[in-house]
Amino acid sequence: MKPLLEVKNLTMAFGGIKALDGVHLHIAPGQIAALIGPNGAGKTTLFNCLTGIYTPTSGDILLNAPGGKTRRLNGLKINAITALGVARTFQNIRLFGGMTVLENVMIGRHPRSSSGILGAIFRPPATRREERDIVDKSYALLESIGLGDSANELASNLPYGAQRRLEIARALATEPRVLLLDEPAAGMNPQETNELEGLLTRLQAAHELSILLIEHDMKLVMNLAENIFVLDYGEEIARGAPQEIRNNPAVIKAYLGEEDDAEAQ
Amino acid sequence: MKYFPELKKSFVIALWFMLLTFPILVIRVNTIENIVVWRWINLALIGIAAFVLSFLWQLYLKHKTAAAPDAAAHQSALVRRMSDPKFYRPFLLLIGILALVFPFVASHYQINIMTTALIYVMLGLGLNIEVGLAGLLDLGYVAFYAVGAYSYALLNYHFGLGFWTLLPAGALIAAFFGLLVGFPVLRLRGDYLAIVTLAFAEILRLVLENWNAFSFGPSGISNIPRPGFFGIDLTLEQSAVYMYFLLVALCVLTVFVIHRLQHSRIGRAWVALREDELACQAMGVDKTRAKLTAFALGATWAGMAGVLFAAKTTFINPASFTFLESAMILAIVVLGGMGSIVGVIIAALAIILLPEYLRVLGDYRMILFGAALILMMIFRPRGLVTPAGKTYEFRCADPPPAPEEKGRP
Repeated sequence: MKPLLEVKNLTMAFGGIKALDGVHLHIAPGQIAALIGPNGAGKTTLFNCLTGIYTPTSGDILLNAPGGKTRRLNGLKINAITALGVARTFQNIRLFGGMTVLENVMIGRHPRSSSGILGAIFRPPATRREERDIVDKSYALLESIGLGDSANELASNLPYGAQRRLEIARALATEPRVLLLDEPAAGMNPQETNELEGLLTRLQAAHELSILLIEHDMKLVMNLAENIFVLDYGEEIARGAPQEIRNNPAVIKAYLGEEDDAEAQ
Repeated sequence: MKYFPELKKSFVIALWFMLLTFPILVIRVNTIENIVVWRWINLALIGIAAFVLSFLWQLYLKHKTAAAPDAAAHQSALVRRMSDPKFYRPFLLLIGILALVFPFVASHYQINIMTTALIYVMLGLGLNIEVGLAGLLDLGYVAFYAVGAYSYALLNYHFGLGFWTLLPAGALIAAFFGLLVGFPVLRLRGDYLAIVTLAFAEILRLVLENWNAFSFGPSGISNIPRPGFFGIDLTLEQSAVYMYFLLVALCVLTVFVIHRLQHSRIGRAWVALREDELACQAMGVDKTRAKLTAFALGATWAGMAGVLFAAKTTFINPASFTFLESAMILAIVVLGGMGSIVGVIIAALAIILLPEYLRVLGDYRMILFGAALILMMIFRPRGLVTPAGKTYEFRCADPPPAPEEKGRP
């Protein structure tokens, strides 16, 4: 099966430092994959390249739409990539704190709606319908992540775990094919992480999503991901099913260090 | 003792004030008789006044912190009641009737200052798009105002075009200038944007001041015609009334349009852009487009206000478009509460009308005006009206719509 998202030989250099060096990655349609690695391995840099925040120095990021058309994402604007169906959440939560929970999700409908200035002023039936549709779809999404009751609260007043879920709902509102989650379980307690696991499985099935997640919680990663990519110092050191990764000596070395190192100190 | 800390603090503050005011309020040197008059009674009065005021202030603060949760609940209840049609419809009706009756009971002078205030309502609402909604701090808003005013004056002078042709034309030309400024500053944010827009306004003003062949320089353009009324000649008083109604109508139009923009897909994108630029783009909002539309639409209203200003005063010169004007309009937006239409209207009326009505106080009026502004910022630091998030009606269908129903485009 042709992968939905393909990253080929991707290099991202900041001056002389290569944050990413020849990274390969692919996600099949409907697959949950994980990207792991020690701090500073280049995981978030890869996300930033995928979503257009950085333009990669070299290499290709290809999105294969189901129709067979392939789009190269390098150098596209952030919003254009979102419109093509790649949505993300952020490691440090970036909600629109001054807007209500519902409005946060409604912003996500932006690339899937079209009314302009004249539509806003004259509010023809088409715009009214669209606005109705935005509210209804956003509310349905909120219900599906269990935040329906807080729809009219300010996003900044939500508890931490709910804010993380709201970020996911906001990203889902853009109707992505690929969802990139940057440490969705960071700062959550085991109970919340458990719920998150269930939620992601449910959402993945309901929206026919492919998910790529960065996560440090190994239990979550091992339970969810079918395929794991391990980065260290910008290079891919391992890939494979959870079981293979768990026993991979290179991965253990990257995470725990070598015994020689420990003795040398 | 219950209030001992407050009393102690007030005592220190009183001593401090006595020390500060000692040189000017106690010592008076009489140079004719070569004696020094020591007015100790002033010192005592200052001490007592500072002590009492500071004590009351601290009691108030203490009370406020104790009752803070209640106050928040009260606030939201008030906001909810304000947005209830049963409550605000009669209120709007009353304001409407007052606005209609006003020119027939007020003097010519009153009508004129009210018209000026209404021009500032338009300016404030226009700048509110840029600053309040989209979060683009524009310190050169007056430039677009000048563009509108000069568009009317010059196009009328050279081509004899009328007010009604030039009102939309002036708005369009200003919108074009908005785009012109918008393009180079797309990458800038906050302070940097403020400096560039400030510079743009100064450049425009200096060009108008020095390019005599184009703009008639500092001497300005006079004899700008007032707006026509179906070809009927109006007396000065009649045309003031006409101008007033024109502005009331345009202000209503402005409120209508801006209210609709604010609660639309575009308005939401602006607010999101203000809250977090990166996240907003990641949600598929085109930053370039959102910023440019905000600049262009904000400038449109300044342009319209400029045409009206030129038509009202019948004379314009660059001195009317200094930085002070920009600051005044920005003060209106900040005082009113960023992003709040009602707040901006109240603030515009207050800022323009207060100095006029305080004229009876003579030289003290600007001191009182300043004090009023400072007090307002102490008591309502986020502006007169803090905009509350809109509550949407959503369909809770039975059974609730399952996520599976969502299709792809």
